[in-house]
Amino acid sequence: MASVEFQNISKSFGAFVAVPDISFQIADGEFICLLGPSGCGKTTSLRMIAGLETPSSGRVMIGGRDVTYLHPKDRGISMVFQDYALYPHMNIADNIAYPLKVRGEQETKRHARAKEVADVLKIGDLLKRLPSQISGGQQQRTSLARALVYPSEVYLFDEPLSNLDAKLRLEARGFLNHLQRDMGMTAVYVTHDQAEAMALATRIAVMDKGRIVQFAPPIEIYRRPATTFVANFVGNPPMNLVPVEASVGEGALHLRAEGLQLAPIAPTEAIAKAAKSGRMTLGVRPEHLRIAGQGDQNIVSGELFANENMGPESLVTLERGDNGRVTARIFTDDEIKVGTSVHLAFDTRHVTLFDDSGARIPAADER
Amino acid sequence: MKKPPNIFVRRTVFSAAATFLGTVFALPLVWFVFAPFNARAELGLAIPSPFTLSNFATVFQNTFAMQALLNSLIQAAGGVVLVGGAATLAAYALSRSPIPGKGAVTYILLLFSSVVSGSAAMVPIFLIISAAGLIDTHLAVILVFAGGLLPTAMFILRDFIDAIPRSYEESAMVAGASPLQAFFDVALPVIRPGIVVVVVWAFVNIWGSFLIPFILLRSDKLMPASVAIYSFYSEAGTPIVTLLAAYSLIYSLPVIALYLFANWKFGFRFFGGIKS
Amino acid sequence: MKTFSLLSTRAGALFLAPASALVGVFVIIPFFWVIVVSFTNRTLLGRTAVDPDFVGLQNYFALFNPATFFTRGQFGFSLILTIQFVLLSALIGQALLGLLLAWLSQTVTPTLKSFLQTAVIAAWILPEVVIGFAWFAFLDYDNGTLNMIMRGLGLPPGDWLLQQPFWVIVFFNTWRGAAFSMMLFNSAFQSIPPSYFQAADVAGATSWQKLRDIALPLIRGHVVTDLILITMWTFNVFTPFLLTHGGPSYRTEILSIYTYRIAFKDFEFGKGAAVGVVIMLINLAFALVYLRLAHKKPVEAE
Repeated sequence: MASVEFQNISKSFGAFVAVPDISFQIADGEFICLLGPSGCGKTTSLRMIAGLETPSSGRVMIGGRDVTYLHPKDRGISMVFQDYALYPHMNIADNIAYPLKVRGEQETKRHARAKEVADVLKIGDLLKRLPSQISGGQQQRTSLARALVYPSEVYLFDEPLSNLDAKLRLEARGFLNHLQRDMGMTAVYVTHDQAEAMALATRIAVMDKGRIVQFAPPIEIYRRPATTFVANFVGNPPMNLVPVEASVGEGALHLRAEGLQLAPIAPTEAIAKAAKSGRMTLGVRPEHLRIAGQGDQNIVSGELFANENMGPESLVTLERGDNGRVTARIFTDDEIKVGTSVHLAFDTRHVTLFDDSGARIPAADER
Repeated sequence: MKKPPNIFVRRTVFSAAATFLGTVFALPLVWFVFAPFNARAELGLAIPSPFTLSNFATVFQNTFAMQALLNSLIQAAGGVVLVGGAATLAAYALSRSPIPGKGAVTYILLLFSSVVSGSAAMVPIFLIISAAGLIDTHLAVILVFAGGLLPTAMFILRDFIDAIPRSYEESAMVAGASPLQAFFDVALPVIRPGIVVVVVWAFVNIWGSFLIPFILLRSDKLMPASVAIYSFYSEAGTPIVTLLAAYSLIYSLPVIALYLFANWKFGFRFFGGIKS
Repeated sequence: MKTFSLLSTRAGALFLAPASALVGVFVIIPFFWVIVVSFTNRTLLGRTAVDPDFVGLQNYFALFNPATFFTRGQFGFSLILTIQFVLLSALIGQALLGLLLAWLSQTVTPTLKSFLQTAVIAAWILPEVVIGFAWFAFLDYDNGTLNMIMRGLGLPPGDWLLQQPFWVIVFFNTWRGAAFSMMLFNSAFQSIPPSYFQAADVAGATSWQKLRDIALPLIRGHVVTDLILITMWTFNVFTPFLLTHGGPSYRTEILSIYTYRIAFKDFEFGKGAAVGVVIMLINLAFALVYLRLAHKKPVEAE
């Protein structure tokens, strides 16, 4: 396995700048997810690691070697494509064994190795079939088998699970998790599905418009999102973000919004500075909200908008006075009728504050 | 407010119209169903009694006629090999290679090929072939056909190749293949159906064509069947109908067979799409 | 510094080479050469075969000479004849007939549809020499099938190729080419969701109303494309030669046949080239209109 590094990489397609300037380092054995919405540059970045796109400027390093202008076959990589790229005229065995064929290995050896890998992935009895004769999940595993059949330094994944239905996706995800721990593979994995990223990655690079907004382990991304963009992207349902008017007075931070009742917060220097603009965003995750009871000091109120009973929990959405919506994950069997007033309470320690540019304000106990 | 017309009446009218039109279209060819099997065939429509294959025997004994069929085959096969090979390579390059001005090239190519028709270009084509000393050779016919059919063939194949996911070749290259290996191992097998389409279309075109060989060939021993048939019936005096009918049928068989094949494999869309 | 691509520019150029050479020599060069030759008095035999003179626009003046323009057997006559031929055989004949055939195909039983389409398509795919010969037999005065039917119906038989040669080639070419229009309109009709027609049925529309109000507007783009294509092909078609050789007395000498006669019977290459140039210019006009429309089509198809 090897490390991967981008040094000031930029990529433009004609007049369109896909990636203005990215630098990062991935250590040997890390499983990195590039996470972001369509068009954020994650696939372009992956393809630059693979060598399928050449950067407009900057350097790509794999295992300490400068591979920026090397052909994909000379980079020591394996890749799983979103559409699996299985060759329709070859059977499964030949598909899996293809990299070995290209390396000049003879047929019996190739097919033996292909069988080995296929067995691990539980497709060993499909070797004689054609891609059109197997299911989507099996095609996905064939594609993975082809990537694993020869030794590589870095494994690249381009949204490999997005064409699978929900149940298969979970299975495949679990398997990839297991594989990563087993092999200690250095992997770069592109996805727009935040659950996948959370489940698989040792570190997540959240990307937006060609830039890395935050590059940190999943739990950090979840608990201390760098911006409102990250907070909104990771977590399902996403973090509730309420725009508030902010002022500092009498030694406390006062935040006001329709339907929001908040105990005053002790202002740190960072908070005070951010409050100067008068605007902030208050964030609180759905699982940190509960039906308000006696003595709760932080309450958000509104009319019940939707009540989705998901089985293990209910997603209760209320609409505040200014039409902003807040969703809570509530574990209750209580009937709540639409149109009734709902009050949700939360603890101050679960509040995340963002300044008017969307950047998170560090909490008092950080650093 | 109009009373809705009687559906039954309408259906009958349509069916009658369809039958009538179908019959009208079939009429000139009805004669062909019978004449080749009629030892005493004339230009008139007649049911042969008895049905016989003697006309075909006569054709097979006519060396000129058989030579002409062979010539048609040589020219069509040669043309098809050239068109198929050159068009596949060119279309692959147009689809996958970052050649500047690709879009303009295709546009201009189509423009030229529709403007420079056989009728317009008879003179310069004749002169070019003359200058190359190729008048009265198979090669001349093959080359001219290849040149004329290539633009459309390239256009069809390029569209076809564009529809093949690039991830096929990309994954092959990540797996270690060079661009040429990727082309032969992965791309070409997938392009094959498109090549079949082009080959069939080109074959039918060359096999049935009259004007080009008519202009470029002189000696009897090189004439393809199309010109041979024409010379058989256009001579002053009565054409030998029995021979001609049987010969025409034999000559038409490959085209009919290829059409049925294409229809079976690709459906009607084939010819509709190709000609455009 | 190399940019990655599936096929390098150099390899791409190599791949393009054979096709480029063939197209270059047999399509591109003739385009320019026919223009050049049209400005000379080149012929097949004699001095002007090896040493032609540059004569400027003389050939064109000869073609468009007002004194002879309308004379039978001259360029102007042929041009006008060809225009009439195209109007009748392509625009009216093939297009309308193709439309009718396609519409009928949508509504009759599958067996009848097969019969109809087989007959129409047979006319199109059989080699041109064969159908030339078939029509030759069909139109024969003494024994031909057509006259047989005429006599059977009590109508006078005709010596068609001698008496009505122009109409013969019009019908011949319409018969030959209708299949393309039929298939094009067929696929156009099939691309209309059946629910559109079903909704019209529920509302009580007649077949004619469905055709006029639903089908035609939706396939308008295809109609125009079809018209341009078959106009271009009919304009350049040479097949009627097999039936009439341009006769009798030049009465069916459409431009392609006229060019052939001038260049390969009279051996006047310079003049033949000039006609070729005129044909190319007209083709160019058609082609440009078609390509412009083809670019716009995706928007219209919605």
